[in-house]
Parts: sequence; structure tokens; C-alpha cells
Amino acid sequence: MSLRHKDLLSLAQLSREEIELVLDTAEACKQIFDRPVKKFPTLRGKVVVNLFYEASTRTRTSFELAGKWMSADVVNFTASTSSVMKGESLSDTAKTLEALGADIIVIRHRSPGAAHLVARAVRSRVINAGDGAHEHPTQALLDLFTIREKKGRLDGLTVTIVGDILHSRVARSQIIGLSRMGARVRVAGPPTLIPAGLEQRGVEVYHRLEPAIDGADVINVLRIQRERQAKGLFPSIREYVRLYGLTRERLAAAKEDVLVMHPGPANLGVEIAQDVVEDPRSAVREQVTNGVAVRMALLYLMSGGDARELQSAG
Amino acid sequence: MKAKAEIMDADQIRRAVTRIAHEIVEANKGIEDVRLVGIRTRGVPLARRMAAKIEEIEGAACPVGVLDITLYRDDLTTIAQQPVVHKTEIPFSVEDKVIVLVDDVLYTGRTARAALDALIDLGRPRRIQLAVLVDRGHRELPIRADFVGKNVPTSREEVVRVDLVEVDGVDRVSILSR
Repeated sequence: MSLRHKDLLSLAQLSREEIELVLDTAEACKQIFDRPVKKFPTLRGKVVVNLFYEASTRTRTSFELAGKWMSADVVNFTASTSSVMKGESLSDTAKTLEALGADIIVIRHRSPGAAHLVARAVRSRVINAGDGAHEHPTQALLDLFTIREKKGRLDGLTVTIVGDILHSRVARSQIIGLSRMGARVRVAGPPTLIPAGLEQRGVEVYHRLEPAIDGADVINVLRIQRERQAKGLFPSIREYVRLYGLTRERLAAAKEDVLVMHPGPANLGVEIAQDVVEDPRSAVREQVTNGVAVRMALLYLMSGGDARELQSAG
Repeated sequence: MKAKAEIMDADQIRRAVTRIAHEIVEANKGIEDVRLVGIRTRGVPLARRMAAKIEEIEGAACPVGVLDITLYRDDLTTIAQQPVVHKTEIPFSVEDKVIVLVDDVLYTGRTARAALDALIDLGRPRRIQLAVLVDRGHRELPIRADFVGKNVPTSREEVVRVDLVEVDGVDRVSILSR
């Protein structure tokens, strides 16, 4: 069994069975952390290119390690030091990378749809590592993996996502993935940061934090993007912290075995307090580890067969 | 695919497993540093059965591990469907141990090659031995088994199918032809 898609652009592409396949495969890949030799020979001779137009530490490092531990040759291509500065277009850059033999292109870009554009332009397989405020499917998969690992299941769980839902590609991908796996999704945040129409997708919307985390199995805190504050979407950071910041006091009212997650990088003391990140119920550090395992699984599942036979969703 | 002949029944499989267990004990002069590692899928129940026999013979338990070789296969880029990866579960250190790899059928030797690589990535065993229920010939690599349940001459057009109670609900080895 493999993923019958040329590219991974949106989590909406994946069926429940395919998501389960990715998570099961990641479980086996995660064992690499316990081994003296952190190397599988699986992707020898394959070329993985990280094409990053936006700053990223953990996603790029995570893909780089995943590729290297699977024995692929990994090339990092950072926009600020490349011919992008000389005016090369996105699809030209992608075609250049294809001509250099890239089997898989991992792309992060500030514009929604950038990954789709690249996927249409090249025969290489494309993984969306975040396109603007649109989607971040690999982050959502690693979050699903972390929840399943800690809770033993996804079906029937209540997951609360807190923060800037409107601009969050992580939230968008998570809502798709969690709903598909049978979890109940709640979102909480100021009305200006919650997109209209979420209720129609079965999501429960809260504007106060306390009722949103009451009875939740998982609380997933999003990074507050400080640059949004300048646009007047919420009055002040201080007010945000007072209303939505996840503190130890607020956590005391949640379920005793609640799982706390944050996709990183966190603004400590803003959306989440330092002592909550370090709490035993927090999986923030482990999410990073799981990210490598999930990306190893994806690289493996997207390396088989002949990409030309697979339909591009781009 | 049609069945041509049954080459082993439940009793013959049981006797072969018993004999291999005795041979493992004899060849290693006891089982002090011996560990069995079954190759998924059907090597695993075979390894467990051998371990149970060894315990009967020697009065001491012989630990069993499970090896998944999917990520070490040499044909991943040529086959259309990626095989499903399962966990490797080896609850002991392989360092300086005598590891007996257990599989159902030895054919081209490519599975054994992948298993050797997978095992060596986990540490440095003192020695690795190979035990198989059926050796059907047609090696493509310089690999041989140390312990064999039954040698079966076959043609490449035939398929040797091993059914085990734990996986398939019945104990039987049969030859099928395409």
C-alpha cells in the first residue's frame, strides 16, 4: 500500500485509511530514535530538495533529518541566498531543481497555492511544508500522530484549538485531519481571528477560553502572530494574554489527563506560559521528535512507483 | 495460482521445528548467548515455537525478537506499491550475542541479506545464523542457511506457500504453480 498521490498539498487529499497508513508507518520510523545507527538505507540515490521561501527552523531541520536518516541526498535551498534574489520565478526555480534530479521537492512559501503551482510545473513529487495562511499538512499529521500516541485513538476525542484560527495554516490542516479521523473540534479566540462559516463544518466556536477547554482531551495552542496585532485585529498583547493565554491556573480547570500541544515556535508568556510547556501533560517537545518520524514516513510512502502514473492534485 | 502438492503437514512442521531447536542448542553448546529473531511475518511464529522447544530442552528461556526488513529491501524503487512498514521489536541487545535469524522460506536470499543489514544496524552480534523451515533453492546471493527444516527442489515458476496456525489458521506447506 502506498499513497496514490503524486503530491501532498492538502490534508483534504488523504482518506482516513491513508492518514492511518502514514501514522502507522511513522510509528515504525520513530524507532530510529532508539537505535545506535540512525540510518535506514531506504532512499539511497533519491534527492530531496528543501525549497524554503520563508524562515523556518524546525520544519526544515525536521525534513532534512528525515531525509538523511532515510539515506536520501538532501539539498537545502533558501530563497534569500539563491537566484530568487536575481528574479527567477517560482516555477522556473522548481524546473531547475527538477533538472538537477530532485525526486521530492519540499516547499514552504508565503503565498497560498505556491505548492500547487510547483506541483503542476514539475514531475518531481511535491510536499507542501506551509503555503501562506492556507495549509501545513505535515504539521497536522505530526499532531495527529502525537495525539494518537498519547491518547491511543483519535475517534471521539474533543480537541480545542486556541488562538489565531483565521491566519493559521496549521489550524486549517488540523481541522480537516481531526474531523476526518472522527474527533470533535472546538476553536477558541477573539471573533476577529475566527473565520466565518466554521460551524457549517461541524466545528464548535468559542470566544471564551474556559468553556472551550472544559472537558477537552487535547488543547492545541497556536502561536500568536505579533505582526497581526499591528493591524488592529485585537486590542493588545496584554489583553490577549489575559483572555486567552494558557496558564497553569487555567489548565487546572481542564481534564486531569488533558494533552497540551503547540506547533512552535511559542511566544512564552503570551499564548502559553513557560511552566505549561514544561508540564508533564505537555507534548510540545515530543511533537518535534514526532515531526521527524512523520516526515520519514511521508518520504518513504511518496518514493515508490512511477510518479508519472499518479495524478497531480495541483 | 493452483495448488500442486502439500509438501509438509502439521506433524512434519512440528518435527522439523523440534529438530532445528535441538540443532541450535547443539551447534551453540547451550543457549547462554543465543537469541532468536523472527523475520516478519511468518518467521515470527516459527521463532516463538523454536524458543518454546529450546526451553523444553534446556529448561531456560530463549528471548525472541521481531525484525521488519521493509526499509532495507533492495526493490523499493522498482515496485509500484510500497510495502507496509511494521515495527521491529527486539527487547534485548544484540551486542556480542549469537543471533539466529528465523524465516519461513529461503529462496533468492534477498530477504536474508536485508535482515543481515537491519540486524547489524542494531549492534554487532558475535555471530549470525540462519534457520528456515523450507529451502527451495535458486539463490541470487552467496547466502546459505545453518538450519533447514526441509530442502525442496522447485522451479522458479512455482510458489512455496507456508501457512502457520498463528497467522493463517492452519499448519501446512504447499507448492503452487502459476
